[in-house]
Amino acid sequence: MISISTFLYNLRQGFVNIWRNKMFSLASVATMTACIFLLGVFYSIGSNFNQMVHDAEEGVAVTVFFDEDASDEQITKIGKAIGDREEVARVEFVSAEQAWEDFKDVYFEGNEEAAESFKEDNPLAKSANYEIYLADVAEQDELVEYLQGLDGVREVHQSEVAARTLTDFNSLLTYISIGVIIILIAVAVFLISNTVTVGIAVRKKEIAIMKLIGATDRFVRAPFVVEGVVIGLVGSIIPLVLLYFLYKAIMSYVTDRFIALNSMVSFIPANEVFRFLIPVSILLGVGIGYVGSRFTLKRHLKV
Amino acid sequence: MIELKHVTKKYEEGIHAVNDISLHILPGEFVFIVGDSGSGKSTIIKLLLKEIEPTKGRVFVNGKDIGLISHRQIPKFRRNVGVVFQNFRLLEDRNVYENVAFALRVVEAPRSRIKKRVPLMLSLVGLAAKYRSLPRQLAGGEQQRVAIARALINEPKILLADEPTGNLDATNAWEIMKLLEEINQKGTTVVVVTHNMDIVRAMNKRVITINKGVVVEDKKGRGDFNQYVSL
Ligand SMILES: Nc1ncnc2c1ncn2[C@@H]1O[C@H](COP(=O)(O)OP(=O)(O)OP(=O)(O)O)[C@@H](O)[C@H]1O
Ligand SMILES: [Mg+2]
Repeated sequence: MISISTFLYNLRQGFVNIWRNKMFSLASVATMTACIFLLGVFYSIGSNFNQMVHDAEEGVAVTVFFDEDASDEQITKIGKAIGDREEVARVEFVSAEQAWEDFKDVYFEGNEEAAESFKEDNPLAKSANYEIYLADVAEQDELVEYLQGLDGVREVHQSEVAARTLTDFNSLLTYISIGVIIILIAVAVFLISNTVTVGIAVRKKEIAIMKLIGATDRFVRAPFVVEGVVIGLVGSIIPLVLLYFLYKAIMSYVTDRFIALNSMVSFIPANEVFRFLIPVSILLGVGIGYVGSRFTLKRHLKV
Repeated sequence: MIELKHVTKKYEEGIHAVNDISLHILPGEFVFIVGDSGSGKSTIIKLLLKEIEPTKGRVFVNGKDIGLISHRQIPKFRRNVGVVFQNFRLLEDRNVYENVAFALRVVEAPRSRIKKRVPLMLSLVGLAAKYRSLPRQLAGGEQQRVAIARALINEPKILLADEPTGNLDATNAWEIMKLLEEINQKGTTVVVVTHNMDIVRAMNKRVITINKGVVVEDKKGRGDFNQYVSL
C-alpha cells in the first residue's frame, strides 16, 4: 500500500514530467493518435463492408420450382424439409399469382393495360416456387445439390457467381482487417516504446540517484507509468473524437449526395461502431502506455 | 556496524581499485578515510551502499551481509545509510527544496514532517534563502551542502560522506565538519572521505589511509568520540 500523499506526489510528478518533456510527450501522443486513428478508420470501413456483404448475402436466394404435377401436399413437405436445413435462414413460398404480380410490377410499370390482357391466363402459371435465403452463402452448393435430389423438384435456380464472390471477398476482408490491425498495434507499441526509451535514457542518471537514496522500484516507476497512461489516454481520446465526427460527416455526406446508393449502402449507426471502438481504443492506448513505460523502465531499475 | 572482509573490487578494465581490504568500523565511530586520488576511497563508499558488488570478499553493514540482500530489500537498506556523493548527484530537474525533500518522500514521510524538516535542514546547512534554486544555478559548495542536507534529513544510522568539503572554503568546511560531529554525537556512525589534512589533523579522529587499494595505515584518534576504535 502507498499513502495518499505519496500517490498524489507521484501523480503530480507524472504530470510534471509530461510538461517538462513537452516534445517527447507530444510525439508520443501524436504517434498514439495516428495509430489509433488508422485503427478506427480501418475498423469503421471494415465493419461497414462486412455489414454490406452480410446484407447482400441475405439477399442472395436459391429458388426452387416444382414438377408440374406436384401436389400441394408435396410442396408443403418440400418446404418443411428445406426449412429444417441448418444453413437456411428463411424460406418463402411464392405462389404463381404472387410471382406474376411481382413480375408485372417490374416489367409492366406504367403499362398496366398490357399486363391486364394476360389476366385470365397467367403466363407464369408454373412459377410457384420457394425462395430460400441462406444463413451462410458458403453452403449454397451443398444445398443446391440436396434440393435437386428432392422428389417433386423440377428446377433449382441459384446466383452462383455473386454468392461465391461475396463469400471470398468477405473472408479476404476479414483477413486483411486482422492483418492491418495487428500491424498497427505492433507499430504503435514499437513507436511508443521507442519514444519512452529516449525519454528514459535522458533520465537514466536521475533514476539511478533515486535508487541510491533508497527509492523503491515502484516509487521510481510511478511517475513514468502515470506519464505513459496519461499519454495513452490522451492519444486515444483525440482520435476517437476525430473519428466520431468524421464518421458522422461521411455518413450524412454519402446519404445526402448518393441517394441512389441508399438502398445498397446502409451505414452501421455511429453509436454501434463506437460502442466497440471507444473501450478498445482506450484500453489499447492506456495499455500500450502502461506496458511501454513499465517494461522500458525495467532495465534502468537494476541499480 | 561496518565491516569489510577481504574485499577486492576489480573493474572491467582490470584495475584493482580495492585489493583485499579488511576493516571494521564500530557503531558510533567517526572515521576519516584518506589517500591519494585513485587509491580506491570512492570505491569503498560505493561498495558500502551496494552500488557496486565486490569481486571478492564480503561487506557487512548494520550487521547484515549486504551481498545477500535481495533486490527488493535494497531500498530499505539504503534508507538507513545517508550518502554525500563525491559528485553530489543532485536531481537536476528539481530545486533545492525538492532535492532535500526527496529523501523523505522516498520513505513516504507525511507532508507535515516534510514541511517541518526540510526548511530546518536547509537553514542548518545555510541554504534557506536558495531553496527554490535549481542545482545548476548553485555554486559547487552550495550543491555540496544540498547533498549533505539530503543525506542527513532522514537521520540515518550511518553517514557516508565522500569529500563533503571538497568545494567549500575553510569556514564553510568547518561548519559542515561541526555538523557531522554533532550528528555523530547523537549516535550516527560517520565515515568521511577527504583530502583536507588540516581538518583531519584538527579533528583528531580515527584515520584510515588507503594507497592503491590497500589499507596502509589505520591510526586511532585522540578525539573525544574514538574510544571504540579497534584495529
Ligand atoms: N566505473 C569504473 N570503471 C573502471 N575503473 C574505475 C571505475 N571507477 C573507478 N575506477 C578506477 O578505480 C580506481 C579507484 O577509483 P576511486 O574512484 O575509488 O578512487 P578515489 O580514491 O575515490 O579517488 P579520488 O580521490 O580522486 O576521488 C581508479 O584507478 C579509477 O580509475
Ligand atoms: Mg573518489
